[in-house]
Amino acid sequence: MVCAALLAPRRSVRSSDDVTKLIQTLLDGFAVGGLYALIALGYTMVYGILKFINFAHSDVFVLGAWISWVVTVRLLRLDALPADATPWWAAPVVILTAMVVCGLTGFIIERFAYRPLRNAPRLNVLITAIGVSLLLQNTGQLRVFFGPYPKAVPVLLPNQTVGSVAGVNLPAVDAIVIGVTILLMLALEALIFRTKLGRAMRAVSFNTQTAALMGIHVDRVISFTFVLGSALAAAAGFLFVMKYPAGLKQPADAAWVMLGLKAFVAAVVGGIGNVRGAMLGGILIGLLEFFGVAYLEPLYRDVYVFSLLILVLLFRPAGLLGRAVAEKV
Amino acid sequence: MKRCFARGLSLTLAAVAWLSLSYGCGRQDTPGGTQSSSGAVATQPAAAPGGPVRIGHFASMTGSEATWGVSTDAGVRMAVKEENAKGGVNGRPLEVITYDNQGRAQESATAVTRLITQDKVAAVLGEVASSRSIAGGQVAQRFGVPMISPSSTNPKVTDIGDMVFRVCFIDPFQGYVCAKFARGEPLNAQKAATLFNRAQIYSTGLNDTFKKHFTEMGGTITTEQAYADGDTDYSAQLTNIRATAPDVIFIPGYYTEVVNIAVQARRLGLTVPLLGGDGWDAEDLKNAGSALDGAYFCNHYSHDEDRPAVREFVAKYQEEYRRIPDGMAATGYDSAKLLIDAMRRASSLAGKDLAAAIAATKDFPGVTGVITIDAQRNARKPAVILRVEGGKTYYTTTIAPPD
Repeated sequence: MVCAALLAPRRSVRSSDDVTKLIQTLLDGFAVGGLYALIALGYTMVYGILKFINFAHSDVFVLGAWISWVVTVRLLRLDALPADATPWWAAPVVILTAMVVCGLTGFIIERFAYRPLRNAPRLNVLITAIGVSLLLQNTGQLRVFFGPYPKAVPVLLPNQTVGSVAGVNLPAVDAIVIGVTILLMLALEALIFRTKLGRAMRAVSFNTQTAALMGIHVDRVISFTFVLGSALAAAAGFLFVMKYPAGLKQPADAAWVMLGLKAFVAAVVGGIGNVRGAMLGGILIGLLEFFGVAYLEPLYRDVYVFSLLILVLLFRPAGLLGRAVAEKV
Repeated sequence: MKRCFARGLSLTLAAVAWLSLSYGCGRQDTPGGTQSSSGAVATQPAAAPGGPVRIGHFASMTGSEATWGVSTDAGVRMAVKEENAKGGVNGRPLEVITYDNQGRAQESATAVTRLITQDKVAAVLGEVASSRSIAGGQVAQRFGVPMISPSSTNPKVTDIGDMVFRVCFIDPFQGYVCAKFARGEPLNAQKAATLFNRAQIYSTGLNDTFKKHFTEMGGTITTEQAYADGDTDYSAQLTNIRATAPDVIFIPGYYTEVVNIAVQARRLGLTVPLLGGDGWDAEDLKNAGSALDGAYFCNHYSHDEDRPAVREFVAKYQEEYRRIPDGMAATGYDSAKLLIDAMRRASSLAGKDLAAAIAATKDFPGVTGVITIDAQRNARKPAVILRVEGGKTYYTTTIAPPD
């Protein structure tokens, strides 16, 4: 405080610019980091229970984004309306539809791709996950589904700025993205730590066999985990589309792969298998990326993220919130 | 347990087999393979005498920049259809073979190799993006088959060699046009910021020439911000630009990037006009909605220009495809027309003779202007500036090359 007061007269213009930039970057980083966190939750929950990386998860996120397009443009035909005539119920309807469809997809993937391999070596499941990922990407590119071109989605959220204080703009979209992300995380937190189902999930994650012996329907819990993770990814997909409405990339575009990878990194950085770790990792990576781009070199946006991954793996291999577990032999 | 292992083993083997198979197929198509060393194989002109003359076209028919490939191909095919109605070349009909490169440079090299070695095309047309034209052009040059790029503007494209031509202007001129327009009415910009893709040769080249001409004309560049391929969020760069309060932001990127940049700039409260190059030209520019209202970009032609050639072309194109032709459709049409004109003048359709005929093109009446191929195998033409409003483009002015 004192420092600020002392410095203010000398370089007031400059420092107010600096503060503006700092806060703006912070907000941008939070908004994108929240999206990473939402996707990372799916990776981490599945890993926590099944101990394998569901590489098809980022494609479920892409599916969520594209379902949002299908519902808005193909079913509701909202692109024909002028921008300010969007009905208020459009956004909730679209996000819920996307979550339901993706939840169902997650259920089907687990039931038919992973469950038959429940007792197979882990490598088999991993290869299957990559196969499911390729299947989703390339099926999505078929013209009967989404097509091989980028598309635009009408913005269903208010397009104006919520607040503009001291040059810092908080667009309504970013505010809603941050708000919905926080809401979903709180809901998930409550579900896992306050409900019976959540306790079952934690039990299965802790020790599957013992949980089964205690009368927990393990298959049902695993299915539910996939549905939950996929629904969260779908919500992230919808929010992503609202944040970047102009160029929704075709499902097999390389840009999606990078987003999915960053979310995966977020899960690992936070400590894979740890739900709070995924939230923390996502926000951390979002902030790191945006501060790197704003203050250092913008071309290295991916380098910052993966450098953090390397550092974490070197010094805290179990992740920031993860606990190191000795492998039983 | 044993069954599991067996199943795992067979899965792994299947994966390995599939990988090696696809690797093997890819190798056959690579230009560095055995075919190129023998060289002479591919210089044989198109097909058997009397059969159709084949023209190869490689383009981004799918992928992020799909509208470019689709538009160019529509222009090329319309030109060929017209010329076939006039009897083709020396009594032989023309045939277009189009390969999709999915908007990737390495696929472009593969596509051109396939066109030349398997389909025995007489000449190759393509691409829009300079990096992909360079990848394809190197292959065409090595096989000695002429290639005409409809709309790649980076100088390095025709630097490849005597087989590579283009029917559009180049970036040093485009940078001049943008700088001149920014300094004059109605923008009257004194301070400009630029935001460019440092991973794209087109974008960096255009950024450099704009910067050079803008400062020479008395303007100042407040900041240069960069991004890379595949970025979707530009808010950090835009925040940096906002702090320097420019009069105009020059964005020499592709329309896929520009639509996102425009939306994010408006959300950040940046309301200054945006300015760009021919990379903006696509129907999908409307995806930005009102965020691009009042923006300008430099292009090869405008559909509402008041020239007889343009009016005739737009009418024909609309009848054929039921949509308004963008700049890429016009340059695609011109490249095919110019190639066919050269084929008629050439002493034979062999690579060398055809290239000589293309190089000798003088005052060819194209839709995008009168085209003369210069010593560097480029076309010298005026450029137009278009204004964007409500997702549509409107002709604003024409700027001629400096003398």
